Amino acid sequence: MPTDTSPELSPDPARRAATGDAAGASHGIRFEDVVKRFGRTTVLNDLNFHVEKGERVTLIGPSGSGKTTILRLLMTLERLTDGYIYIDGEPLTHTKRGNRRVELREREINRTRKRIGMVFQQFNLFPNMSVVENITEAPVHVLGKPKEEARAEAVALLEQVGLADKADMHPMQLSGGQQQRVAIARALAMNPEILLLDEVTSALDPELVGDVLEVLREVARTTNITMLIVTHEMQFARDVSNRVLMFDEGRIIEEAAPDVMFTNPQNERTQQFLQAVL
Amino acid sequence: MTDFTWSWPDAAEALPTLLEAFFTVTLLITVLGSLIAAVVGLVWAIALRELPRPLSAALGWVLDVVRMTPLPLQAFFVYYTFTSIDVLTIGIVVIGLHYSTYMAESYRAGIESIRPGQWEAATALSLPRTRTWRAVIMPQALRATVPSLGNWAIAMFKDTPFLLVIGVVEMVTAAREYGGANFTYVEAFTIAGLIFLAASYPTAVLMRRLENKLAY
Repeated sequence: MPTDTSPELSPDPARRAATGDAAGASHGIRFEDVVKRFGRTTVLNDLNFHVEKGERVTLIGPSGSGKTTILRLLMTLERLTDGYIYIDGEPLTHTKRGNRRVELREREINRTRKRIGMVFQQFNLFPNMSVVENITEAPVHVLGKPKEEARAEAVALLEQVGLADKADMHPMQLSGGQQQRVAIARALAMNPEILLLDEVTSALDPELVGDVLEVLREVARTTNITMLIVTHEMQFARDVSNRVLMFDEGRIIEEAAPDVMFTNPQNERTQQFLQAVL
Repeated sequence: MTDFTWSWPDAAEALPTLLEAFFTVTLLITVLGSLIAAVVGLVWAIALRELPRPLSAALGWVLDVVRMTPLPLQAFFVYYTFTSIDVLTIGIVVIGLHYSTYMAESYRAGIESIRPGQWEAATALSLPRTRTWRAVIMPQALRATVPSLGNWAIAMFKDTPFLLVIGVVEMVTAAREYGGANFTYVEAFTIAGLIFLAASYPTAVLMRRLENKLAY
């Protein structure tokens, strides 16, 4: 997806000029000097990177390298220790006022957060609601859609993920793979501009992985949703992503297009890691 | 050997008086007290989680104090502080608030049994906090909580005689008065005990049924 690089066409040239960044950098996701510590453990240290609007980026690296933390920071499930995250130039949780770093209020955070969706390793469907209620809950109560409209859209999404006949069942009655496809439908129902996929097949029995990945390939093919993917499914990463970032100890140690990364990694750590997982 | 002989006619004669005390006082206190305890207990449990740290710590401390001091003492305390309020009202409020602190603990345990992923999914969908509580957390937490709320209600029911200290004439006090007037203490207390049992037992069975029904 090409980004708008001409300042004249920018919706808000003043703001763009104020950030002082190269034109276009304010589109998509931007991490600026991000630090995340859990107690004394530093997970991310001074991390800077940028994901273009519509880009599909896979994060790989050994466990504890900070990949999942990046997704959780974007979803505001963790608090930034320091630094800033911008979505299309809008601050997500913290902003600069003069020289001070200020935390935004819940309402301001919510405005940006609504544009981001997430699918979890453990599905996290609401067990007290039916499949269709899981999907319509947020469109009705966050976006204010009429129930009938939300239900119709939910049914269409269920069809898309191959579960049209399961609308009125409860999550507990479904297999893990089916639950995960419902979770994908639930995230898509909010029309996210950004979709975060956190090891979405890791909790599944091997024979159920294929259906879930097929659904996600279809989403990648038919939409221009920006995707950040943490996965151990290297073939899937290769098929869907435009770029792969290799993390180690909270830093990006290598980045490349998937074909290059998986066939000809430069960094020694990357070579070791890929040898172990491929 | 005692020189006592059980008298069926005396027992039968005591029954209407005791039943009246049961329905107009004991049951009334239990039902209204349970409602207060269930609602206020829920407010405590949510406040403990939602209030900023120093406030929730202070609230937790107050609840501990209420839970760890005797009910009759609290009844006396309120009775002598609010002298113009009738004893039945005081009894209902005191026993309701006393048990709200226990029910708060039950709610808290139920809320804590919800996996963090449920909160995270709600955040990821941008559900407002109140909606998250109402539609996601409480329906699940209540399943774990309802049985123990029922047990507290039964415990409260059996604690109603403590309110005699402030002059509430519930069934046990009524039994003593009736027994004293007619020299039929044993019959009167036995009937009172049977009425307690007749009310508690079906309630316990009902709670167990409800518990099974709430399971997924």
